[in-house]
Amino acid sequence: MKVLFVLLRKEFLQVFRDPAILRIIFIMPLIQLILLPLAADYEVKNINLAVVDNDHSAYAQRLVQKLGASGYFRLTHYALRYPDALRTVEEDQADVIIEIPVGFERDLIREQEPVLAITANAANGVKGSLGGAYAAAILRDFNQEIREELVSLPRLSPLPSIPVQPVYWYNPYFNYKQFMVPGILAILVTMVGSFLCALNIVREKEVGTIEQLNVTPIGKAQFILGKLIPFWVLGLMVMAVGMVAGYIFFGVWPVGSIGVLFLVSALYLLGVLGIGLLISTYAETQQQASLMSFFIVMIFVLMGGLYTPVESMPYWAQVVTWFNPPAYFIEAIRMISLKGSGLADLRPQLLAMVGFAFLFNGWAIWNYRKVKA
Amino acid sequence: MEQLISFVRKEFLHIARDWRSLSFLLGLPIAQMLIFGFALSNEIREAPFVVIDQSGDADARRLIERFDASNYFALAGSLPDVAAAETVFRRNEARIAVVFPPDFGEALRHTQESPIQIIADAGDPNLAGSLVNYANAIVADYQRELYGTAKPPYAIALETRMLYNPQLSSAYNFVPGVMTLILMLISAMMTAVALVREKELGTMEVLLVSPASPITVALSKMIPYLLISLLNLLNILLLSYFVLDVPVRGSLALLIGVCAIYLMASLALGLLISSATSSQQVALFISLIGLMMPTLIFSGFMFPIENMPKPMQWISHVVPARWFFAIVRDVMIKGLGWAGIWRETLVLIGMTLFFMAMSVKRFNIRLAD
Repeated sequence: MKVLFVLLRKEFLQVFRDPAILRIIFIMPLIQLILLPLAADYEVKNINLAVVDNDHSAYAQRLVQKLGASGYFRLTHYALRYPDALRTVEEDQADVIIEIPVGFERDLIREQEPVLAITANAANGVKGSLGGAYAAAILRDFNQEIREELVSLPRLSPLPSIPVQPVYWYNPYFNYKQFMVPGILAILVTMVGSFLCALNIVREKEVGTIEQLNVTPIGKAQFILGKLIPFWVLGLMVMAVGMVAGYIFFGVWPVGSIGVLFLVSALYLLGVLGIGLLISTYAETQQQASLMSFFIVMIFVLMGGLYTPVESMPYWAQVVTWFNPPAYFIEAIRMISLKGSGLADLRPQLLAMVGFAFLFNGWAIWNYRKVKA
Repeated sequence: MEQLISFVRKEFLHIARDWRSLSFLLGLPIAQMLIFGFALSNEIREAPFVVIDQSGDADARRLIERFDASNYFALAGSLPDVAAAETVFRRNEARIAVVFPPDFGEALRHTQESPIQIIADAGDPNLAGSLVNYANAIVADYQRELYGTAKPPYAIALETRMLYNPQLSSAYNFVPGVMTLILMLISAMMTAVALVREKELGTMEVLLVSPASPITVALSKMIPYLLISLLNLLNILLLSYFVLDVPVRGSLALLIGVCAIYLMASLALGLLISSATSSQQVALFISLIGLMMPTLIFSGFMFPIENMPKPMQWISHVVPARWFFAIVRDVMIKGLGWAGIWRETLVLIGMTLFFMAMSVKRFNIRLAD
């Protein structure tokens, strides 16, 4: 016990002595936490619209006005001919083109079903395809309006209709920050927990001080605990600092219990530290450790459901996420923060975290050799 | 020159001897391209939904079947009342709940109007918005079927064209994005770590007292990683063309040329990081956290840049990845030529020169210490 205490003191001294490391542990995550949610806004708005109006009729004008007033579109170009409009798309100045055909109004009134062409720039990911969908929805609306004007409908419409009334729970104003801040915090805690831990041990290997530790009577368990506990504490500190920062800068504070949040984080960090330990047992140099970390971080970040929902992945990729610890943590932290989920609701996530903690730490300890082969 | 060649040879020996790192360096991008090229997407499929059916009539059942049969939704159960939905949402067991009023079928047959309610878990606002859109479309379809053959009067036909990516394949967006990320990180991180390693182990001093000029030392670190990165680039392009079916519509030579410029910028950034740090741990953390997240965010492949607040948009202008991503997309997906990308390319060249000048300067200053 006393040996462990001495080791812990040494580790903490080492961390707090090095201002560069401290800066990295606290300042960089903070900056990211403040900047990233500002950028991470999926909401599709300001879709640039180019209009080719070949009809110049009252209806055509009304349609254009309706599109502009919808809030999704920004009318940026009035092109005379379709090829001109295409050029604006090529130059990324417009995302969607609407072409109103010659005789649009006339054909509409004469029941000849005029054809409106929507062209969306689908190279632009979400924006183009959603823009096309929104434009189509607005046009259908417009169509309905015209229809109601032209046909004098009886009070009870002869056609059955099922209006859909959406209700949005937990985040009715679609505040994207409430969703992103917990997720980004989860990733930052993960990085601090695992990679600093891995690099710290590999550094001892590379510089050679690990040999010195190995010839001392320090046991395997004491050595590993001595490395894990400081980073466990640091990870929880980053978590706390990040939550306060989220509140100060974005007014985002968990709806659920803080106690549950920290319990989950503490459990999760155990598994993450295990990953760090595992990397360190396989890597001989920090360069190797960094390459492994890079690969793992990218999987963590891109397949953890932070940016693209796990449900959108093909089935095999969803199976991969079952083995991705941050996927559980991101889900859990969002559930607690947004919906106030309690321990009973989080049972699958908690079980997974306990499982990961045993799996990775057990594997790492099994693979850790005090004596070089 | 001879000196440089022998230095470069030494670096290559270093890299080749550490086969574990080398196999990672060459294998990682391939694995990442495959994983992310296939796995990343924003399409929604089989989102779980629950039903709160207070009517229990045939019309409601038919509509529920419609939901379940679509690719977007999968039935996860039915609940007695709205209060029960709370628990289901808190456990993430469903994304939306469809609520039918007690007289749903009757109202539909008699008053011809019968609203339903959709409760969406807006914890993920984007997903909630899309799901409600899809639900609307399914209900609209069902409604149209109820009309029977009666065609609504005064119809406008819609013709939708999806330019450049008619199948709306996610890979068209993610391949240029992942390319931007991988090329930047591998080259910046590796140069930084390789140089700082010499500092940490003390061999830097040895290099510095040798007659080689500091520029030779820096160049000899960069050239091997540039070659490795070019090899990676080749692998990435082959994979995206043959496996992920992402075309190179523009000129291949132009694309490779621009990639080479971007790689130089990344290598110079790595050099710059190495001159500012003295431990591999710090260098790695700066390149991982400091480069990866901004590259991911500000390149615009995840989030549209135009949506960001103005100051963030300004920041994005100094991120090389933003320009590179735009160029790659223009050349690969849109098939534009030099005329379409010269502005972005000039900015990228300017940045590369700036990073190079800065890093060489910093490198010199350190020597003077």
